[in-house]
Amino acid sequence: MTPRRRIAPSAVVWLFLGSAYFLIPLLATLLFSLRNDQTAKCCTLANYSYILHDPDFWSTIKLSFIVALETIAITVALLVPTVYWVHLKVPRLRPLISFLALVPFVVAPIILVVGLLDVYRGTPEWFYAQPYGFLAAVYVVLAFPFMYFSLDTGFRSIDVHTLTEASQSLGASWPTTLWRVILPNIKAAALAGSFLTLAIVMGEFTIASLAQFKTFSVYVQYINQNKTYPAGAITLLAFGITWAAMLALLAVGRGRQAPITEGEK
Amino acid sequence: MAVVELKQLHRRFGEVVALAGIDLDIGTGEFVSLLGPSGCGKTTALRLVAGFDRPTSGRVVIDGQDVTDVPPNRRDIGMVFQAYSLFPNMTAVRNVEFGLRVRKQRGADRNRRALELLDLVGLAQAANRYPHQLSGGMQQRVALARALAIEPRLLLLDEPLSALDAKVRVQLREEIRRIQLELGITTIYVTHDQEEALSISDRVAVMSGGQIEQIGPPAEMYGSPATPFVAEFIGTMNRLLATVGDDGSIDYAGLRLRVDAARGLPRGERVLCLVRPETVEVVRANGLVAEGAMAGEVLSNTFLGSTSRLRVASESGERSITADISTAQGVDLVVGTKVVASFPPDSPRLLSLADEPMFPVPDPDSR
Ligand SMILES: Nc1ncnc2c1ncn2[C@@H]1O[C@H](COP(=O)(O)OP(=O)(O)OP(=O)(O)O)[C@@H](O)[C@H]1O
Ligand SMILES: [Mg+2]
Repeated sequence: MTPRRRIAPSAVVWLFLGSAYFLIPLLATLLFSLRNDQTAKCCTLANYSYILHDPDFWSTIKLSFIVALETIAITVALLVPTVYWVHLKVPRLRPLISFLALVPFVVAPIILVVGLLDVYRGTPEWFYAQPYGFLAAVYVVLAFPFMYFSLDTGFRSIDVHTLTEASQSLGASWPTTLWRVILPNIKAAALAGSFLTLAIVMGEFTIASLAQFKTFSVYVQYINQNKTYPAGAITLLAFGITWAAMLALLAVGRGRQAPITEGEK
Repeated sequence: MAVVELKQLHRRFGEVVALAGIDLDIGTGEFVSLLGPSGCGKTTALRLVAGFDRPTSGRVVIDGQDVTDVPPNRRDIGMVFQAYSLFPNMTAVRNVEFGLRVRKQRGADRNRRALELLDLVGLAQAANRYPHQLSGGMQQRVALARALAIEPRLLLLDEPLSALDAKVRVQLREEIRRIQLELGITTIYVTHDQEEALSISDRVAVMSGGQIEQIGPPAEMYGSPATPFVAEFIGTMNRLLATVGDDGSIDYAGLRLRVDAARGLPRGERVLCLVRPETVEVVRANGLVAEGAMAGEVLSNTFLGSTSRLRVASESGERSITADISTAQGVDLVVGTKVVASFPPDSPRLLSLADEPMFPVPDPDSR
């Protein structure tokens, strides 16, 4: 059948170098994390046990994860209809929105948080003093460019006009069209944006710390400063957890598709 | 099934006048084509009927009901688009079911109906394939089935075949017509392909510059074009710019040709003499040139299958005529052969150019 593609030796070398770039630090961290906290001798799982038995670990990771999901939900709910509408009705606004989306990149997080703390001062306690309120609101701003550019690419890859008009001519209302026709076809893009948002929220330190919320990354930073060897363990755990969360998100996204494509067989 | 009336439809996009007053009545079960060159407003007209766009002024009336302000999803109109429009995330059968699902029809009925329609367009076996697993022609068939599934009162098609190759195009257009007749559904079909329009329509409306130039059954449009534009657009046509001579003759660049239709026209009037190529006879020159015939030589000889298309030009080059003759006859009339071309006096039509002083000198090489 198709001839087996020969892989060029140079490609192998590059692949090896590329993998090494990512794998060596991970491996080093792993070895580091297996040393005894007192004697610095290898090899023990005590550091992992220490972290996993720390209630702060669980509470902070839960907090960060919920804030991340909240951020994703708000961003998707805000941006999917907006980007859809812009593509359909006012494509000339696209450059403007792309420009606006760059603002969170340009403004340093520290300026952003100081500014936003000031802007939101005087809002009710349940919002201002809560990570699920204030922090999520700030993260929505941070996530905006990532979600926007993902969605913009997604919408550009489908024929928004024709799909919308086909759906309407078949009797579908705007919400039905958005839910049944548009959303399933930009789902990959929305998922990509969600991954990025999740990663950002799980790892964001500056804003959370300045606003004095005890998120996962604030906890990681605390361990790093105070416990030498468990710091290695927490780094790897954080890495693994973020990946697991992404896989979970992927699974949820896949599951959504089933009723639309397969339906009730 | 529906009766459609378009009343003085105007549509302007800023400075561009896309539609400059369309009036059109379509009867129940009728198949009407909108035919015209690119940019003449065909799609704009169809979108106004579908409700995707609003007219600047004028009304769209379906079955006596003014639907001008009714949104597209409440018009019960089926539409097939030029671009592939199947929902990529759904299989063929789910696509066809979509309109019924929106109408909250029961799952089993819905499925049965969708499969029936896929069968009607000859794609029962592809029901569970996704759009990307279907050829272009198959996708358009599914799109047709999907449009028909909702039992629309009106079917609109906007150049549904233009992305397909020639053979599939012919096959599918015949199928569209067969299904249309079978269901008796009122249909508006947009195309820029005159052969397509003539072959499947009850009536053809030729559009130009946002207006309908002429509308009528295909034979009438072909046989008696009412304006120079229609004459040029439908079929191949010799357009001889001439003046009326005396006693049933015209003067074509110094040549006197007998044309029955010239009888009774004022002498000296400028006319366009329309001669279908298939009525022109070409014979090898034998020294004699009968009155009303044009001597010249073969400029080109194009093989078209059972017929050949000859271009004959007088030696001076100021007169030329196109003839379609049987290939058997045309085979030895190679380029450069001295020939005589003529046509029977009762075949040409004359269009007066008296009211159209600006009509440009026809360019016979334009098509
Ligand atoms: N949304 C729009 N905005 C501005 N001008 C438009 C718009 N839609 C159509 N036009 C203009 O209106 C005119 C008619 O366009 P329309 O699409 O109806 O032509 P058409 O006959 O369908 O041509 P084609 O055969 O190329 O599809 C064109 O000059 C076009 O540029
Ligand atoms: Mg068009």
